[in-house]
Amino acid sequence: MNPQHSCEEHKKVSRREAVRQGLYGAGGMLMANRLARAASADEATPAAEQPQAKAKAKAVIQIFLWGGMSHNDTWDPKPGTGREYLGDFTEVIPTNVDGIQLGALFPRLAQQAEKYSLIRGMTHGNNGHETAAYMMQTGHPSGGRLAFPSVGAVFSMIKGESYQGLIPPYVVLTRAQGRFSEEGFLGPMFKPFATGGNPNAARFEVEGIMNPGVSDQRQKARRDLLDRMNTLSNTMVGCPQLAAAEQAKQTAYELILGEGRETFDLGNEPGELRDLYGRHVFGQSCLAARRLVEVGVPYVVINYPGGWDTHGNHFATMRRQCPDLDQGLAMLIQDLHDRKMLDSTLVWCTGEFGRTPKVDWAPPWNGGRHHFGAAFTALVGGGGFKGGHVVGKTDETGSKVVERPVWPLDLLGSIYQLAGIDVTADLPHPEGLPARVLPEPNERWRSEGLLTEIM
Amino acid sequence: MMKSSLVLMLVACLFVSSAAAQQAPLNIFESPRQPVQAGPLDELVFTRLAELDIQPVLCSDAVFLRRVYLDVTGRLPSAAAARAFLDDPDVLNKRQRLVDRLLERSEYADYWAMKWSDILRIKAEIPVNLWPNAAQAYHRWVRSSLLENKPYDRFVREMLTANGSNFRVGQVNFYRAVQDKTPEAIAAAVVLTFMGARVDNWPEERLANMAVFFSEIGYKPTSEWKEEIVFWDPLRLSTVEGSAVPGRETPGTVLPRANDGRLANLPTPRRESLIGVFPDGTSVEIPPDRDPREVFADWLIAPENPWFTRAIVNRVWAWLLGQGIIEEPDDLRDDNPPIHPELLAYLEKEFIDSGYDLKALYRLILTSTTYQFSATPRHTSPEAIANFASAIPRRLDAEVLIDAINQLTGTTDLYTSAIPEPYTYIPRDMPAVALADGSVTSQFLALFGRSARATGMANERSNDPVPSQWLHTLNSRHIHDKIVRGPRMRRLLGSKQPLKETAEELYLTILARRPTPDEMRTLAAYIQNADSRNDAAIDIVWALINTTEFQYRH
Repeated sequence: MNPQHSCEEHKKVSRREAVRQGLYGAGGMLMANRLARAASADEATPAAEQPQAKAKAKAVIQIFLWGGMSHNDTWDPKPGTGREYLGDFTEVIPTNVDGIQLGALFPRLAQQAEKYSLIRGMTHGNNGHETAAYMMQTGHPSGGRLAFPSVGAVFSMIKGESYQGLIPPYVVLTRAQGRFSEEGFLGPMFKPFATGGNPNAARFEVEGIMNPGVSDQRQKARRDLLDRMNTLSNTMVGCPQLAAAEQAKQTAYELILGEGRETFDLGNEPGELRDLYGRHVFGQSCLAARRLVEVGVPYVVINYPGGWDTHGNHFATMRRQCPDLDQGLAMLIQDLHDRKMLDSTLVWCTGEFGRTPKVDWAPPWNGGRHHFGAAFTALVGGGGFKGGHVVGKTDETGSKVVERPVWPLDLLGSIYQLAGIDVTADLPHPEGLPARVLPEPNERWRSEGLLTEIM
Repeated sequence: MMKSSLVLMLVACLFVSSAAAQQAPLNIFESPRQPVQAGPLDELVFTRLAELDIQPVLCSDAVFLRRVYLDVTGRLPSAAAARAFLDDPDVLNKRQRLVDRLLERSEYADYWAMKWSDILRIKAEIPVNLWPNAAQAYHRWVRSSLLENKPYDRFVREMLTANGSNFRVGQVNFYRAVQDKTPEAIAAAVVLTFMGARVDNWPEERLANMAVFFSEIGYKPTSEWKEEIVFWDPLRLSTVEGSAVPGRETPGTVLPRANDGRLANLPTPRRESLIGVFPDGTSVEIPPDRDPREVFADWLIAPENPWFTRAIVNRVWAWLLGQGIIEEPDDLRDDNPPIHPELLAYLEKEFIDSGYDLKALYRLILTSTTYQFSATPRHTSPEAIANFASAIPRRLDAEVLIDAINQLTGTTDLYTSAIPEPYTYIPRDMPAVALADGSVTSQFLALFGRSARATGMANERSNDPVPSQWLHTLNSRHIHDKIVRGPRMRRLLGSKQPLKETAEELYLTILARRPTPDEMRTLAAYIQNADSRNDAAIDIVWALINTTEFQYRH
């Protein structure tokens, strides 16, 4: 046996591990980024696939409509298709862009149509919530041996390198999804920070940052007490595991007692603006998202506070939720535009799939719509996406894409492109396996090309 | 003569004390007892450490108590149990007796079923999609196997050769808990799980040959929602339209498929012998009346198998000591040699001789002096760390951490399944460790790195610290409410007994030891200076929960 060899081996493994686990903190990010670049430089990638020299999207706000929102009733309306397809929603409204119509539940978005584009050709054909959500948020087919990270984790890992703020680089308002691990194999360092709390409450109690029961003075006294009672850490100085723990705790304290808190205090915004965003959880989440992007947080997700999985009670749910979505999203886009932030902030909004164009009137659904991965709509705006366009087209009932299908690879590939992230680069995989940001398309995992028509 | 020998003695003393001076003095987490070699395992480790000029130090009784409780049962000792152990005067034998007792507790099965569930990917939803009652059946089988201490070779053989309903024969779910049901992918899962190796490093041909043994697995639905029969199907009956459930066109939905939806490449029905080649290169004829999985399982669990025993003893060692003799524990390959081959060989031999008795393997390791080393790193060279010179502190598993907080505050967490069915209701008092299904929703467990149970790789579980975890324990309403409103702390803090007794009870409950005089002074001063005695008491509990001593197994 050769101990030296084994030690080398051991060191190699533990360093690799450390990178994966993000133990090095910001250093880990740096390394990951460098790895990604090195890998891409090694490959002779065709010029067309190289990222643009200048990244337009510096930040992303992703609004995810869990459960899958009906495209027929919202952003791809099919007037005149009868009760069988329309159900209760027969009315469509024009927008401020000629030729683009929306469902009547979106009057405010209809006034902002020149600022965003609608991708009506979205398709992947998968009808399972988890699998489709994984596809839409990682850009990878589900079921591989590797659990890929979401676009938010990748984006915040790479963009987070230049971000120095106290608030974590990847924030979720307000609850994490729970049904898939956003950080994938990148490890817990790249798990999104879920705020918890209610941004529409008198005080937005961000979990872990704002504890209403403890004053700052007591918080500091507690910290002193803890430092004195932390006997193990105080005794085992030089233990790398405990040092890492103390380092992480230090970072947490910078948020608890530092200025990061101010960002979450929506009381700093004028009351009228808050009204315009809408005094509901979603509207105030949009406002919080804008504030986060303003202080440099690179990736913010709003998981819509309410499900869109409307097998039953569909029309009532739509009547309740769509106005909030309309108000918050339209105001977010307008506010970003007014503040000259829209060019550098990419906003995208979609669910994991659409819903069956045909209404299911049979019991127990009594007017419901089911999962539909064959065709649905995504809204994209800012960050380099042109507004006022429609990409792709579905047939007369919204049942299949008949022009310009857009696959998850195309949508996510475009987002990465606008962010200047090379999708052919390898992510830092724990076993050093090749794990590209996005996979090569094939006959099963398809691509019709980037959204160049709106980029 | 007298003089010179005195001088010699003095010199010797000086020499000894200067050697000792290189070592930091003992601290409260360490035992003044000299570590003695308890058997061949320790002899092997101590010999290596002597070569590296390392003198290990034994951990204190309190540290051992807490460590072994956490490692065997995933629980903290109660204050009463801690007091009894610490006050037990039988210094030489009490550690061993504690190990024996803990291994008989049902919490041993709860905790280790959780660890196995990571490896066996017990999860109702994405990506393996077992469905809740199949996940429960699978978990129940694993747990009861551990409880009855089923010999490990039988445990594995039963899993690999199982036939039956996913709801009724829990172990058949091994063949469903894979994201990709092609024979190659199933073979890869077998390699990872039971041979501790990754097929990425294998020659393609070796995997393709091994896949033959898993090429005759049939899956068919029944008329019960989501029930699926897994069975040996050499004639490919499950692929015949309408053969499974008359009147239902479902067979197509359960045909083994790859990740991308492509139908697995399956051999044609056979009535003749097959030739299979084991990963070690030997070939075997599989007669038409023999399930190839049985032929493979028999090869796998044979004592001569170069992977099987090695993988499990290394895995258990890594689980208990925090790092494998081969690291990572599921990365066995020629160019990743063990740090201590003789130690690994010894464990393998002992395990085979015991009849694959898992509890005996745990006992062997837990009662070794090597397991009982202090965690204070007196030698930080990579060689020292790799050779187990000191115990490696690690943060409690997510489930263990929340259970410990709930235990000491007398509170519970409500866990829910994303699939709302009557059988997915989880009673409020169920500890997180006992949850069967890895897709049960919990922000806390996700935040603290529970396994995603997607691939079965050991490193899917992460116990490494992240700032947002500290935000949660330092300052969340979730933990705050437990401390303030939990009945156990209220009772303890509200009692009228003297501070000394309350503090002792607190320390025993939370840290499984008594406070030092220094710590007593700190507490007394904090309470004295506080505006509100009650707030001060709460702050003390809060501080104890936020010490690394509490959050780490050390």
